[in-house]
Amino acid sequence: MKSRKLSIPYILWMLIFTMIPVVMIGMTAFRDKAGNFSLTPFVKAFEYKNVFLKSLWIALLSTAICLILAYPVAYLLTKMKKSTQNTVQLIIMIPMWMNFLLRIYAWKILLQKNGPLDMALSILGIHGTYIGNTGAVVVGMVYEYLPFMVLPIFTVMSKIDTNLIEAAQDLGSNGLAVFKKVIFPLSIPGVISGITMVFVPSASTFLVAEHLGGMNDLMIGDVIDRIFLTDQNTGSAISLILMVFILIFLVLMNLFGDEEAIA
Amino acid sequence: MKKNKLGVVSKIYLGLIFLFLYVPIGVLIFMSFNKGRNVTVWKGFSFKWYGELFKSKELMNALGNTLIIALLASIFATILGTAAAIGIHNFKGKTRAVIQNVSNLPIISPDIVMGVSLMLLFSFVGVLLNFEMGFWTVLISHVCFCVPFVVLNVMPRLRRMDRSIYDAALDLGCNQWQAFYKVVIHELMPGILSGMLMSFTYSMDDVVITHFTRGAKFNNLSTKIFEMLRKQVRPTVNALSALLFLAIILVLVIINVYERRAEKRAAKRS
Repeated sequence: MKSRKLSIPYILWMLIFTMIPVVMIGMTAFRDKAGNFSLTPFVKAFEYKNVFLKSLWIALLSTAICLILAYPVAYLLTKMKKSTQNTVQLIIMIPMWMNFLLRIYAWKILLQKNGPLDMALSILGIHGTYIGNTGAVVVGMVYEYLPFMVLPIFTVMSKIDTNLIEAAQDLGSNGLAVFKKVIFPLSIPGVISGITMVFVPSASTFLVAEHLGGMNDLMIGDVIDRIFLTDQNTGSAISLILMVFILIFLVLMNLFGDEEAIA
Repeated sequence: MKKNKLGVVSKIYLGLIFLFLYVPIGVLIFMSFNKGRNVTVWKGFSFKWYGELFKSKELMNALGNTLIIALLASIFATILGTAAAIGIHNFKGKTRAVIQNVSNLPIISPDIVMGVSLMLLFSFVGVLLNFEMGFWTVLISHVCFCVPFVVLNVMPRLRRMDRSIYDAALDLGCNQWQAFYKVVIHELMPGILSGMLMSFTYSMDDVVITHFTRGAKFNNLSTKIFEMLRKQVRPTVNALSALLFLAIILVLVIINVYERRAEKRAAKRS
């Protein structure tokens, strides 16, 4: 029981399969194809700065929409009986168990030309294209990651001490004031971890933009995937930039949030 | 918080969210019964794509691979992760914080970065030792992203565990090994099981990391669907989705019933 030795296999495992690969990314990013030290990969990576900005924009938009949609859901969850709570949580989680690609594919069918949405809306006399634009990518993203926003906010909210709420009510606060002064401030840690859990994967994901977006909606993940086939150095440079960016984001988020909410 | 009944507006809001979550899946499943080859145009009811699905050796093979990888990865990750959690628990202060932070790296770093970094490692070692990426590299990669979840699930249980039970077992004549598996493992079991379940589902769901570490020949369900989506989609994919969805619901219902029973038993005992 006292033994630290039990962690040795895993420490070795991490060294080989977590640390060394990261070091390799770093080393590959600073080399040219011949293997000499070079900054060319970063110069080439810089050519993709618009894709980078676009990815951040899509991720930001998706995270904001997830937050707006998820916050009321989390709040309503806390108002339910325990058994209803479990059922509703399950209903929210089930789509997450479907394969990531199948969920994108479902939206592809739904949004395509002459697809169900197009048909339904054209009965009402509305015609348009619903796929191949930034909006479709954002919808797909929100669909993929919405539960990641609901659950942490709900977890934090359900831990709020009922006495605090009753105290506020005794002291004369009405429902809105209780929400503004007690529930909302205390739910911030959950919001922070929700934002982290949605923003990080949506900024770095690939395939969503390829299948739902148009020519201008390529995201940084798609670029890494494509470029790695022909140019590992530039691919590594972009990956390194992405990783550093995400680490900075996480550190910033950690300054405001509390770690317990994530685990 | 007070458990008042939800108002009409709240109910409608939840209903709309549920619609958003389930309409795409509903459409996907509905189209699996389409007679035509095209996924858009409805040409009448048919089970033919389910037949095609079971006849497709490639898809069945891919399904087998997915299940084998998920099973092996979650078992291996559970053993490695549980041992690691117990070991890490015995470290103090800074060392422990460093180990835990490194362990969390695969969770926080983007999938795609982890995928390409492992690919770099495997192709480098592959040239040295003359092997190609395939089953084993995918398995190793899956273990990599599963272990942190096991550690995260077991750690809180360890923190809550009462050390004196272990000492009591020793006093009552257990040797160290007996005390370990009769007391410690027993106490950690719920954490171990949920870590394993999480590993299994993450392994089933993964696309990105498998895509980068599978090499040229190995395919699981994710990479097979990936290929089909890029080329030509047939309603077999829809039939597959419908069956997967059914399987998920079944598993969840079984787990739920099991948990309810366990709760009832626990309630009776106390």
